[in-house]
Amino acid sequence: MSVIKTENVTKTYNQTKVPVHALNGVNLTIEKGEFTAIVGPSGCGKTTLLNILGGLDHPTEGRVEVADINITDMSDGKLIDFRLQNIGFVFQAYNLIPVLTNKENVEFIMLLQKKDKKTRDDRAMDLLNQMGIADKADQRPSELSGGQQQRVAVARALASKPKVILADEPTANLDSKSTATLLDIMARMNAEENATFVFSTHDQRVIDKAKRVITLEDGVVISDVVCTPKNPN
Amino acid sequence: MYIILAWRNIWRNKRRSIITIASITFAVFLASFMRSMQLGSYERMIENAAGFYTGYIQVHQNGYWNEKTIDNSMVQDQVLIEKIESIKGVNVAVPRVESFVLASFGIKTKGSLVMGIDPNKENALTRLKNKLVDGEFLKTNDKSVLVAEGLAEYLKVGVGDSLVMIGQGYHGSNAAGIYPIKGIVKFPVPDQNNQTVYMPLKEAQWLFDVDGRLTSIALVVDKVQMVDRIVTEISSEVDTEKLEIMGWRDLMPDLVQGIEIDNVSGRIMLWILYSVIGFGMFGTFMMMTAERMYEFGVMMSVGMKRIIMQWIIVLEMAMMATIGVLAGIGISLPFLIYYHNNPIMLTGEAAAAIENFGIEAGYFFSLQASLFYNQAWAIFFMAIVLGFYPIYVIQRLKPVEAMREA
Repeated sequence: MSVIKTENVTKTYNQTKVPVHALNGVNLTIEKGEFTAIVGPSGCGKTTLLNILGGLDHPTEGRVEVADINITDMSDGKLIDFRLQNIGFVFQAYNLIPVLTNKENVEFIMLLQKKDKKTRDDRAMDLLNQMGIADKADQRPSELSGGQQQRVAVARALASKPKVILADEPTANLDSKSTATLLDIMARMNAEENATFVFSTHDQRVIDKAKRVITLEDGVVISDVVCTPKNPN
Repeated sequence: MYIILAWRNIWRNKRRSIITIASITFAVFLASFMRSMQLGSYERMIENAAGFYTGYIQVHQNGYWNEKTIDNSMVQDQVLIEKIESIKGVNVAVPRVESFVLASFGIKTKGSLVMGIDPNKENALTRLKNKLVDGEFLKTNDKSVLVAEGLAEYLKVGVGDSLVMIGQGYHGSNAAGIYPIKGIVKFPVPDQNNQTVYMPLKEAQWLFDVDGRLTSIALVVDKVQMVDRIVTEISSEVDTEKLEIMGWRDLMPDLVQGIEIDNVSGRIMLWILYSVIGFGMFGTFMMMTAERMYEFGVMMSVGMKRIIMQWIIVLEMAMMATIGVLAGIGISLPFLIYYHNNPIMLTGEAAAAIENFGIEAGYFFSLQASLFYNQAWAIFFMAIVLGFYPIYVIQRLKPVEAMREA
C-alpha cells in the first residue's frame, strides 16, 4: 500500500535571472512502513523534495499523492490541516517551542488535533518514555542536549500518529553517540509502530540504517535501492 | 495551553517585553495625570460656579432666566419647596431673591448683586459661612449685610460701616436702604468677589418689595450625575407653563462651551501622546514579528492554523497591554489621590493673572473612574490595531520561505 506517490514532479525556482531546476521529473512510490533515506550532494533537491512531499511547497509540474490524497494543487489553508493529520516533521535544528516543556511540546500537535487531555498526557508520556527521556518531561528544551532535543522532536512528530514522518537531515547537528541513539529509536518506531520514515541525509551512519536509499543528483533520481540495514535492531 | 504559550512567549525576551510594558505604563501614567488635571479643573470650575452660586438646578418663573428682573419673580410656595426637597438626591432647596443695586459708601459707588438668602440653607449650598474673613455670619432676622471682599476693598468699607443701596423694586417701585455690614466674605471667583452683597431673604423681599416672592430656588444635589433625573422629576411635579427648571448645563452655557472647547485640545494632546507611544509599541511588535518568522514557519509546518497563531499573538499583545495599563493605573492612582486631596495652588503674580480670567488659580485633579477605564480602552484599542501587523504577516506567511529567510 503506497503512502507517497509522485509523478513527474518538477520544481523550478525563478527567483534569479536564470531559472533553477531543483527537481526534474521525480517519480517515486513509497510504501507504508518504509524507512527510506534520500541522499545526494548539497543542492541536489533533497529538502525541496521533502517540502513538496510534506505539503510545505507546491511542485511546478507533476502530481503528488500522500495517503491517497492529491495535494498537488491543494490550497495553503487545506495543506495546513493535511499536514496536521498526515505528516510528522523532524527538522535539522529540532525546532521545538522553547517556552513549552518537553511534554507540552509533544502534546502540542495533539492539542491542535483537538485530542482530549488524558489522551494527550498518556501519548506524550508514552512517547517520551520510548525515547528514554521521560524524566525530562517537565524540563524545557534548552535544558536538554542536542540529541535529547531531537528525540523530543521525533516524539512530537510521532504524537499525531501521522501517515509519514519526514525528517530533514535529522542527525546533522548531533554527535556520533546521539546519532546512534536517535537512529535506534527511529528504527524501533518504524518496526513497532509501523511508522513510515523518509529522511534526507548525508550521514553514512543513517544511510546504513535505511531499508531503501534514493539518490538524487541535480533534481533527478539517479538510483533507488532497496537494501538490508547494516545495523538492524 | 494557548494562554500558557502566549504568557510564556511574553517572557521569552524579557527585556523587550519589559520595555514594551514600561512604555504602556508610562503612557497610561502620563495620560491619566494629564487628563485628571484637565477634568479636575473642569470639575472645580463647575463646582465653583454651581456650588458657589447657581446650584446644580434652579427653578424660576418661566422667562426669568432670559430676563432677570425682579418683575419675573415667582410666588414663594412652601409646599413646592418641600415637595422638591423630598425628591431622592435633592439635598436642599435654597430660596433666593436676586437683583442689582448701586451700592455706595462715601464717594464710592459700584453696581452690585444683592442676594437675599436663607442663611442656613444658603450655607448648605455655598458654604458661605466658611468664606467669612471678618465679622459674623448672618442670622435669618438680621437687618444687616455681608459684603464680598473685593467689593468691600473697592468701596473701602469694613465691618460696622453702613452700606447704602439703591435700585429698582417690584413693578417699578423704589428699592433703597442703608444696612450695617456684619461681615466680609471672600470668594475665589473674582466676578463673585467683586460685586456680591448678601442679606437675609426677608430683608431682601422688603427692600425689593417682593414680599412672599422669590426670583429662584437653587438646588443642592448629592451627585452631579443625578441632575438630569431630578430635573425630569421636578418637571413632572410642577406646571412647566409657569415655572422653568434648569440644570447646570443650561444655567452655565458659557462654562459648558468653554469646557468643551478646552476638552478638544486636551483630547488632541492625548492622542498625540498615544501616537508617540503607539509608534514605540509598533516598533516592538515589528521586531517581535521579525524575530519569530522562523518559529511561525515551523508552527505552520507542523500544522498550526494561521488563525490560532494570530490568536496567540493577539493574546500576547493583550496581556502586555493589560499589565502595562494596570501598572500605569497602579502608579498614577496614589499621585492622583494625593493631588486630588491637596491641589497645587498657585500664588503671586501667576495666580493673580489667572484669577483675572475668573478662574481659581490652581491645579485640581479628578478621580473619575472613566479617567482610568478610558485609558485602558484606548491603549487596548491601540494594541489590537497594532496587532494587525503581525496578523497580516502571519496571514501572508509561507512556511518554507519564512524558514528559509530566517
